[in-house]
Amino acid sequence: MRVVLAEDLFLLRDGLVRMLEAYEFEIAAAVDNGPELTRALEELQPDVAVVDVRLPPSFSDEGLQCALEARRKRPGLPVLVLSQHVEQLYARELLADGNGGVGYLLKDRVFEAEQFIDGVRRVASGGTAMDPQVIQQLVSRRAQDKPMANLTSREKEVMELMAQGRSNAAIAQQLFITERAVAKHTSNIFGKLRLPPSDDDNRRVLAVLAYLDQG
Amino acid sequence: MSSIVDTPRSWRPPVRESLQAAARGVGLAALSIGASLALFIVTVLSVVFVVLGVGAFTTPAVLNTVRAHANRRRLLASEWAGIAIPSPYRPLPEQRPGAVGLVERTSQLLKDPATWRDILWLLVDAVAGFVTALLSFAVLVYGVEGVIMMFGLWEAVNNGYWYAFIPIKGYGSAVQAALLGLALIAASFYVNRYPLQAHFMIARLLIGPTRGAQLEQRVERLYETRHDAVDSSAAELRRIERDLHDGAQARLVAMGMSLGTVEALIERDPAKAKEILAQARSSSAEALTELRDLVRGIHPPVLAERGLGDAAKALALRMQIPVEVDVELTGRFQEPVESAAYFAISEVLTNAAKHSGADRIWLDIHHSRDAGGMLRIAVTDNGRGGADLEKGTGMKGIERRLGALDGVLALSSPEGGPTMVTIEIPCEQTEPR
Repeated sequence: MRVVLAEDLFLLRDGLVRMLEAYEFEIAAAVDNGPELTRALEELQPDVAVVDVRLPPSFSDEGLQCALEARRKRPGLPVLVLSQHVEQLYARELLADGNGGVGYLLKDRVFEAEQFIDGVRRVASGGTAMDPQVIQQLVSRRAQDKPMANLTSREKEVMELMAQGRSNAAIAQQLFITERAVAKHTSNIFGKLRLPPSDDDNRRVLAVLAYLDQG
Repeated sequence: MSSIVDTPRSWRPPVRESLQAAARGVGLAALSIGASLALFIVTVLSVVFVVLGVGAFTTPAVLNTVRAHANRRRLLASEWAGIAIPSPYRPLPEQRPGAVGLVERTSQLLKDPATWRDILWLLVDAVAGFVTALLSFAVLVYGVEGVIMMFGLWEAVNNGYWYAFIPIKGYGSAVQAALLGLALIAASFYVNRYPLQAHFMIARLLIGPTRGAQLEQRVERLYETRHDAVDSSAAELRRIERDLHDGAQARLVAMGMSLGTVEALIERDPAKAKEILAQARSSSAEALTELRDLVRGIHPPVLAERGLGDAAKALALRMQIPVEVDVELTGRFQEPVESAAYFAISEVLTNAAKHSGADRIWLDIHHSRDAGGMLRIAVTDNGRGGADLEKGTGMKGIERRLGALDGVLALSSPEGGPTMVTIEIPCEQTEPR
């Protein structure tokens, strides 16, 4: 799997390269600024991009903007955005096209190598990887909204993990319940969030989107 | 800066407006010739008697009355003619009790140039002020007189009376007088508000602040806000130092100690070492969280990355209550402006969510180019109202921070709501990046 990596801090970039290589990703390019990232994404056509939000030369949200721009040119291009802090606003922008293949994680998540790599793989295969911090903010806020109030506490836990982008198997493992139970909970959640049943793989993304757009 | 603002004139019938101006003119004229003249005489006497000693005891009371009288005129100027006359007086310190206090107050009052201008104004007001105020009434009455001439009055004044430039000699000239009277009345409908405006302009010339007084007031204000700015930035630095010391720094020390223990244990008791390593890692995560919160408190990352509009939107997303955000900005602002505005919005939103009992908040942010550029922010909620600026310390801090940028914060919160907080900061928008 070919990765384009954009991170301006040398130590972190170097560490990420090593880590990704250790998990048998191929580093197509590792760049440290916005314009080079744009060029790399266009020319190298990677399978997934791992991008820092704040990049030179503007040191604003240049990384995020480059990634969004690249996704407009090539819809569905998997992008995992890393940031020193997480904002719902950015999460919304990433999820806005409903195409999936996006992730938004705190940089600290890199410390948990297995989980981080799992996130990269999920994004690369068209899923989502949302930082628990974003989801927690949502859950605590939505807790007052009506559709959320209808969820049982177990369903809320499942919703939280699902919104992060975990698979049923991963959720089952984390909550120490069977996959069948998870499937039951998720279909309950879709019902309560009024998401019509469909075979679309992106229903989980839609669930997060619906979640974000409520209120 | 004071300026002439046109009175909000809907298409009121000019007749009503003219009659109103005439009535107001009479009132003003009475004030000018009555109150101003009387006050002028009393003031001059009181000030002269200061030399004899007696005046020192009466002067403060007399001058306070003069100021009240002038303030009343300032109020009328803005209400009736839309002419703003700012107050020019120097701020007075607390008055000490007893005779010493009175003498001191007298000397403070007499040292203020505005006092002398007030006295001059009293005299001018009694003469020029009186004439200009009466003018609108007089023109109308004189016009009416001309009309009455035609209806019989000419008999009484036959041959011995000039109406304006028309000697009344018979019915024919009386009709001429009536026509002139009608013309005067008609003209007064359209020009009657100008004498009043002239009256207030004269007042502004004398009881408005001179350039010197304006500068003095500005220096006074800058002195105060500079102090506030220095104080609050020192307090902010202390807070940051304390947070670092108690938070991230302590956790890093704990991590170092844990790692030291691990080093010692790693061969003897690997299981225990592993446990301590896990602790160290959670310490590092907590330290990061604390640093992140600290940074958010100093300069929020979204604000740095996206500017005020998006930062406000991000803030709204984090609120427990739905916030409707309406942003109309085309560029960014200087960092201190963005930062002060952001923290003001944050404080106001938090207050609204905590105390107002509202279930909806509206946040409006826009920039207008008038008056050299003004950033206007309005936060409205549908809560129960009754908020008070004096109650919370947070709002005071915000006011001080805005003050350093010449910004202001206004609160309108009647019992039963709604509460509306408006923030204005004079500033230029920079070009969008």
